[in-house]
Amino acid sequence: MVYLTRRAEFSASHLYHNPAFSAEENRRVFGKCNNPNGHGHNYTLEVTVKGEVDSRSGFVVDLKQLKEVMQREVLDAMDHRFLNKEVPEFFTRIPTTENLAIVIWERLVPKLNHARLHRVRVYETPDLFADFYGEI
Amino acid sequence: MKAHLTRRYRFSASHRLHNEAMSLDENRLTYGKCNNPHGHGHNYFLEVTVSGPVEEATGMVCNLADLDGFMCREVVERYDLGNLNAAEEFKLNIPTTENLCIAIYETVSRGFDKVHLEKVRIEETLMNSFEYAGPSGLHR
Repeated sequence: MVYLTRRAEFSASHLYHNPAFSAEENRRVFGKCNNPNGHGHNYTLEVTVKGEVDSRSGFVVDLKQLKEVMQREVLDAMDHRFLNKEVPEFFTRIPTTENLAIVIWERLVPKLNHARLHRVRVYETPDLFADFYGEI
Repeated sequence: MKAHLTRRYRFSASHRLHNEAMSLDENRLTYGKCNNPHGHGHNYFLEVTVSGPVEEATGMVCNLADLDGFMCREVVERYDLGNLNAAEEFKLNIPTTENLCIAIYETVSRGFDKVHLEKVRIEETLMNSFEYAGPSGLHR
């Protein structure tokens, strides 16, 4: 088994707000991230796929195809967007780093023809990242 | 849905690797430059990985403000700009980065009960890093 990781970057804004919480509870739980005008990050995404090396091509996966899927499913949908308002999954889910990793996993899995997804890692800043391995 | 969250902290500290039970020669042979009697220091990078279900109401594995508060109070402030050999936990243990990993893992697993601790990783320099995930080892 060989693991292959492709990196991409996107910039987006978001805010953390749960409409089921009171204004005071939102401020207490989410702190500055609850600012109603939102704020932004330069995100780094790492997608790791796994598989056996194909004896003819020497590839685990066609990197060009992986790159295109990441571009279409993630970057085109999220880069330079306000996540809460423009990415449908975040109309109802809070766009935390954890949920970004989960949503990106859910977007990629049905589109990857041959590659098996191993891990989605999302860096919100160089000092904070979330990993999702598809665990329920 | 279970996710892993990793937070990175930094602190600078000095230490000396020296075992009283060894002869001077054996200390020099074992620890090399790290046995310099005057000590030396590093800028450490510390990564703490926690895991658990993502809570629907908050979208979080654990509230980062709680983790940061604990880590700054109990770990970063304890070691930053200090001498590791002077800390209670290194009176008997040599302050190698291996032992520092174990000490920080135990501090977090004993004192922070809001989430499951997955592992502690420390970069002593850009060239050396160490990980400790408890007695059962790394899961990922």
